[in-house]
Amino acid sequence: MLISGVYMRIAVPADEKMPETAVSVSFGRAPFFSIYDTEDQSYTVLPNPGADASGGAGIKAAQAVVDDKVQAVITFRCGENAAKVLEAAGIILYTAESGSVSTNVLDCAAGKLPVLASVHPGFHNHRSNA
Amino acid sequence: MRIAVLSGKGGTGKTFVSVNLACAAEHAVYADCDIEEPDGQLFFKPQPMTSIPVTVPVPEFSAGSCSGCHKCTDLCAWHALACVKNKIIVFEEMCHSCGGCILVCPEKALRERDKNIGTVDEGVSDSVRFFSGCLNTGEVSGVPVIKALTRRLPEDGTVIIDCPPGSACSVMESIRSASFCVLVAEPTVFGVQNLETVYELVTLFGKKCGVVINKNINGRNPAESFCKKHHIPVLVRIPFEASLGRLNSEGRIAVREKDSYRDLFRKLLTQIQQEAQK
Repeated sequence: MLISGVYMRIAVPADEKMPETAVSVSFGRAPFFSIYDTEDQSYTVLPNPGADASGGAGIKAAQAVVDDKVQAVITFRCGENAAKVLEAAGIILYTAESGSVSTNVLDCAAGKLPVLASVHPGFHNHRSNA
Repeated sequence: MRIAVLSGKGGTGKTFVSVNLACAAEHAVYADCDIEEPDGQLFFKPQPMTSIPVTVPVPEFSAGSCSGCHKCTDLCAWHALACVKNKIIVFEEMCHSCGGCILVCPEKALRERDKNIGTVDEGVSDSVRFFSGCLNTGEVSGVPVIKALTRRLPEDGTVIIDCPPGSACSVMESIRSASFCVLVAEPTVFGVQNLETVYELVTLFGKKCGVVINKNINGRNPAESFCKKHHIPVLVRIPFEASLGRLNSEGRIAVREKDSYRDLFRKLLTQIQQEAQK
């Protein structure tokens, strides 16, 4: 859980740029990451360089999030490759709830979101004709 | 002459045709390129068998020297690398062994390591020289195993290549060196759909080809119509017979069991040779 008063940057996969948008169902394939800064209580938008990748989307997305120096990620699900990168950077994964990016961020800051219980094996290498 | 045997789906009779064709030819080579499930050895039971490992180079991080410049992660088109806290995480299953990351690293923090991905097995069964590739479970691409196998095949003589099913990269690699392609098809609507995909592939590769209709029945025959429409020679029609199915399921080779089957596959070989001359 988040301890209030601690400085944090929180990344949330988002379908659109505004904080009112829904949390994206995918981490690696989300078009954007909404980055919330607890200090100035502002949002910035990080385009996901992995969104259109033919493979390794989760790794590319996780690299961008790590490079943006976030401490927490709120997501519905996360593939094992992305999780490996995020965990190596000490980033904590929280489970998203239905609702907007902003309500998720507020709930996370208030310590209401549970830590993500499991990561999935990924959807990679499941292309047809492979 | 290198003859590749392929089909758009599994279970049409690629191995059945390949194995029997190799036996019908005198002193032929049989090469099992169906590296994800090589079953030619169930029929040939080759002895003795030798096994050679197949490896691919992958990057390995040598601790301590990464400056975190991201040159390697930016270069990698497959996103097989991540850089966290001046350490490189390598995702070997994503790597395509291009070696670019090692070249581009200014700190020499990455080095090459050989990763075992499968084997090429060789043996003898009567007058047939047997080769078979096997991909380790969980590996993504069998192409390096097929390449290693193809490199070991003799240049001369009759070589029968038993391809993987479908029309993906592994099939392309298997037919690359072939001078003739045998397309095995079933006489059904579904069979024709699969025949169409491999026909498109061999046409794209500019290969001469002919069709073997397996499990052939009298009456409506969409495979036959397809061949007629596209002017593809039907090399032989193998009858839909319970006795053939039984021999096959027992791992026996029809050509070695019955003269009529030997004649059928000798005829197939002659037809292939004639079509290849055209």
